[in-house]
Amino acid sequence: MGIENLLLGFQVALQPHNLFLAVIGVGLGTIIGVLPGLGGANGVAILLPLTFSMQPTSAIILLTSLYWGALFGGAITSILFNIPGEPWSVATTFDGYPMARNGQGGQALTAAFTSSFVGALFSVVLITLFAPLLAEVALKFGPPEFFAIQLLTFSSFVGLGGGNPMKSLVSILIGFIMAAVGLDIVTGALRLTFGFTDLMKGFDFIVAVIGLFGIGEILLTMEEGLSFKGASAKMSPRVVLETWRTLPRYWRTFVRSCFIGFWMGFKPGGATPASFMSYSFAKRFARNPERFGQGDIEGVVAPETAAHAAGGASLLPMITLGIPGSPTAAVMLGGLIIWGLQPGPMLFKEKPEFVWGLIASRYTGNVIGVAMVLAFVPLFAAILRVPFAILTPLIVSVCAVGAYSVNGRMIDIWYMLIFGVIGYAFKKLDYPLAPLVLALVLGDLAENALRQSLIMSQGSLLIFLERPISGAITAVALFFFALPAITPWLRRLRGAPVAAVKPRET
Amino acid sequence: MRAADLTTAFVLIAGGVLVIWDSLRIGIGWGTDGPKSGFFPFWLGVIMVGACLVIAAKAFRSADRAPFIRPGAIEPVLKVLLPATAFVLATPWLGLYVATTLYTAAYMRWIGRHSWLSVIVVSVTVSAVTFYVFEIWFLVPMPKGPLETYFGY
Repeated sequence: MGIENLLLGFQVALQPHNLFLAVIGVGLGTIIGVLPGLGGANGVAILLPLTFSMQPTSAIILLTSLYWGALFGGAITSILFNIPGEPWSVATTFDGYPMARNGQGGQALTAAFTSSFVGALFSVVLITLFAPLLAEVALKFGPPEFFAIQLLTFSSFVGLGGGNPMKSLVSILIGFIMAAVGLDIVTGALRLTFGFTDLMKGFDFIVAVIGLFGIGEILLTMEEGLSFKGASAKMSPRVVLETWRTLPRYWRTFVRSCFIGFWMGFKPGGATPASFMSYSFAKRFARNPERFGQGDIEGVVAPETAAHAAGGASLLPMITLGIPGSPTAAVMLGGLIIWGLQPGPMLFKEKPEFVWGLIASRYTGNVIGVAMVLAFVPLFAAILRVPFAILTPLIVSVCAVGAYSVNGRMIDIWYMLIFGVIGYAFKKLDYPLAPLVLALVLGDLAENALRQSLIMSQGSLLIFLERPISGAITAVALFFFALPAITPWLRRLRGAPVAAVKPRET
Repeated sequence: MRAADLTTAFVLIAGGVLVIWDSLRIGIGWGTDGPKSGFFPFWLGVIMVGACLVIAAKAFRSADRAPFIRPGAIEPVLKVLLPATAFVLATPWLGLYVATTLYTAAYMRWIGRHSWLSVIVVSVTVSAVTFYVFEIWFLVPMPKGPLETYFGY
């Protein structure tokens, strides 16, 4: 059943109109990924309102291509400027920037783009194989199972997120509370509006994403006083071909990183830990680990492969269960709802051309992406040489345009600014932003699942433990929630301190 | 960081109490057909207050006296935040495009110290491109002011 569906998808993705959108998406995405303060999540958020009138399939192709472009853009800034545009490209700077300084920027970029391509391709092949099976299983899920999965999603932020677990929990709760503001569609009651009519429509997640990630990131960048002193890269077909000739040597790293990436990636927030984990594994198994950090090409291959395998894998829970694995996926999920599609397993039955068009566009978007970035690297890198006095007002006004275009309300631009200050403060105080955004997007779905479950059980919370599937998922979720409390105790039991790598979170 | 951490925790606790209070107002129990509207937010508020108390207790005991922001870093942050606020304030009066032009021009001139020529060229181009993309290409209307009215938009 997989093959003909995929062919159907390719028929959609290869339409000239959609291919054109993919090219536009990759180009815009790369620019967004290169610019400080504009990452994949808010790039997608800013463009989302423009897609309201488009065909859902074309819209999602544009947005996923944008996302791929942003990933490639992140690699460019990490390698040439030592500025990780996205949290998962932090590990890429470890060896990428030294390589660029040694005059091997072209090789590093070629390795990064090729690794991204391999990682992304690997995950999309696995998705092609497994997504229909998982969707088939998920079709049997009722409200208790869906709520249990939501619980699992958020518990993994608390238990496996790596930051301060209490602050992760608070971020999740803030997101859910913000989602509850406004008209309760089930009972018609007004919640948390305190008499302000502006609050009746609640908070829009697009505005929140633009403010938290866009404005917040610029403030943070300015505080750190970034100077864009970049290394230059000579890209020529000869460099690309020569690098490609050396890459098969690292097939072990490729394979290992693909699996690490996919495994970490279908859990929320997986791309960043995946890239770090893959980097440290590559270092541990390398023949000469002391060269890592000095500009070893393997140190570029490992994190880039894993990050993109993970980025691709986050699509799996999104299209089969309606649970986004990353803030960007959360924004796209919000888009699905706006376009009038119900995210979840029914999509495979009701809108096969959408799901398979999306999957096929991952193949085409990848190929287009690699070709475009390899060809136009100097052009994209030149963006960072634009003086910051031009970039800053440009980014702020683009963010304002994005926030306003969601609902055409002036107040949303104010919300954006306020969210920016909140995002800046939260980042400094170690409150993670990704779970907040996910909770804001999923809030209504989670609450409805909880309500329906409680109606089924006449108000007993035991329903989540009594049904076999939801029982198992809930048990794992509860374990994750308890993990931060158990870990110190476990560690003492083993008598070994475990040092955790704590990546900066976006 | 300690003071900032404590302040944030207390602000969030106050927010949590507000959520609990409003939820109690609309009812947190069992209605005629399932849980009432206040049920979900009520428990969110309760857990949040609890978690923030833990954070506050931890912060209270911590010895992190580093300031929230380095004294030297306040200026660059304000240099972004204040012009951005002025831009948002001006938007409803002047319209987004005029506000963008003035904002870009002012920022380039006073913070970037660019020449007047490049200031004018860049700021006008940026607004013109934005105008074309949103008003004409994608037909997404932005806030407009007297200038756009004069030209008939």
